[in-house]
Amino acid sequence: MAIARRKIKSFGAAQSPLLGAAMFSPAVLYILLLVAGPFFLAIFYAFSDARIGNTELHYVGLENFRSILQSPSFRVAIRNSLIFTICSQIVVIVGANILAIALEQPFRGRGFIRFLILLPWVAPIALGAIGWKWILDSIYSVISWVLVALHFYKPFNAPMWLGEPHLAIASVLLVHSWRLMPFSTVILLAGRTAIPKDIPEAAAVDGAGFWRTQLQIVIPMMRPILSVAVLFGLIFTFTDMTVVYILTAGGPFDSTQTLPSLAFALGIQGSDLAAGAAISLFLVPLLVIIAYFMLRVAHRAEVT
Amino acid sequence: MAVVVTRNLTKVFKEGELGAVNNVNLETREGEFLVFLGPSGSGKTTLLRMIAGLETPTSGEILIGGRVVNDLSPRERRIAMVFQSYALYPHLSVYKNIAFPLKAQNVKKELHKAKVEWASSLLGIGALLDRKPRELSGGERQRVALARAIVREPAVFLLDEPLSNLDAKLRASAREELERFHRRVGTTTIYVTHDQVEAMAMGDRVMVLNKGVVRQLGTPTEVYDNPADTFVATFLGSPPMNLAELGDVIVGFRPEHFRPASAAAGDVVPFRLRVENIEYLGSEWIVSGTLAGGKLDAKKVFSRLSSAQNLSLGGAYDFAVPQRELKFFDRATEKRVESKAVSWQ
Repeated sequence: MAIARRKIKSFGAAQSPLLGAAMFSPAVLYILLLVAGPFFLAIFYAFSDARIGNTELHYVGLENFRSILQSPSFRVAIRNSLIFTICSQIVVIVGANILAIALEQPFRGRGFIRFLILLPWVAPIALGAIGWKWILDSIYSVISWVLVALHFYKPFNAPMWLGEPHLAIASVLLVHSWRLMPFSTVILLAGRTAIPKDIPEAAAVDGAGFWRTQLQIVIPMMRPILSVAVLFGLIFTFTDMTVVYILTAGGPFDSTQTLPSLAFALGIQGSDLAAGAAISLFLVPLLVIIAYFMLRVAHRAEVT
Repeated sequence: MAVVVTRNLTKVFKEGELGAVNNVNLETREGEFLVFLGPSGSGKTTLLRMIAGLETPTSGEILIGGRVVNDLSPRERRIAMVFQSYALYPHLSVYKNIAFPLKAQNVKKELHKAKVEWASSLLGIGALLDRKPRELSGGERQRVALARAIVREPAVFLLDEPLSNLDAKLRASAREELERFHRRVGTTTIYVTHDQVEAMAMGDRVMVLNKGVVRQLGTPTEVYDNPADTFVATFLGSPPMNLAELGDVIVGFRPEHFRPASAAAGDVVPFRLRVENIEYLGSEWIVSGTLAGGKLDAKKVFSRLSSAQNLSLGGAYDFAVPQRELKFFDRATEKRVESKAVSWQ
């Protein structure tokens, strides 16, 4: 490894000192234009009174932050963002572990089942969410239809999945979990196959049953890969606004707003760029923490 | 402590194919050190894994301590197993590795510390308890695996090539240590290996397997001196027994019994050897060449001598084998038969 690296380095230096810089400049440019640019623009807007369609701009200090902190919608959005992110991870990790255990054993049609499970991940999230919107529709919901057919509810009296605040939150949570499950399952499956067969066998001979083997041996051994799955999931869910936007558009009464969807609703749809920018800045601290842990995991994976 | 018995034990992995283990009938003795010896693919590990409960037999019975255990899970069989890879739990410290079987079998927590200390001091790893497996050397890992096996005081010990991951020097000392360890705890032990030196050195009895079939079960002296068939005769010994077809029998003699005629006395069979290769191995010499004259003309044979200094490459010498050291095998079945008179010329 070290030898290979040195070789590449000297090769580059012999060719041209600019070659290296030229090779990675597209990546740097990309990050500058599409990540750093909007990020600093957001900071800039957050301290201004920028509005869509208004060319004038004034510095207003912390006014935007003061007003959004006082807004009830914002507090609901923060709460929802945390609920969706944390609860969906719990659902996903439990579910993905169960799926991974089930899919580890060979059985007829396993390849096809694995393909089916991966589908939600490869399908565009917008399409998936629209599908769910129909499944959870107030009139055409297939879930309600089944519940009515099974006589749990009277016709036209089934729950409004997306129309009642608590059910709407649960629905969004469900769709988030559905979306992340395939990714985590695939990662955990890979993690499981990487564990030598001897280890669970030794645990079996040592007297451990299924649960002890899973909880004390297999899953702890998968901790590095498990944390990759969790960190990815946290970022995907925390920054996602597609699911909320398509399913409920934040409603009913802003009860399912998250930080990204509220920022979009206020900043783009409501023309108040400054408020939208200020709200989206609240994503930063949490994302910084997650990024820190991701780097640590990546570093540890490199060392061992 | 317990006795392990198998009755007509068979394992077929793929229907229609030859079994990995075929009709093995075995009865260990109380507290003995029994070695399963065979080349790779002989079914020795599969047999061990069936006894451990990690593999389900296709047919036949396994009894441990007089009880049929076919339907019992590994944990219910009161066995301990040391894997070839040691299979230590990498995320747990040595202490927790050794304590794991106690936890898994719901031994009272107050007893854990004393038991772990007992097992680790027995194997001389008391100072390593806080380390993680990756911080240990090969020999230390092997001891941790043994400590983890002994800590629950099992009825039977199953060892699957536990020394094969150690380097040659360490292997010799680990072998001696294992023997001492077995003498001290006295638990019935089944040890799987492909290494005949390990088998001969450690086994109270050796079971030689080939292609899933037991070829011979006996003490190291029995299997070496009185091989039951040509497979056992050639698998044990290095170089292997010289075999030659003579009429309807195969005659065999060990290289160490094939010596210059001047050193032989009594009733001997004379040969003329054309020396083609001489290897000096320090304490002994391996001489190989072809026989000249008689029915066995041009037959390649080995001789093991304490000195070959008066032999030279290309020369022809008078050699001889004592009559009583000749082993006879049936040519068709390759099984051992009574000694008989044969004509050499």
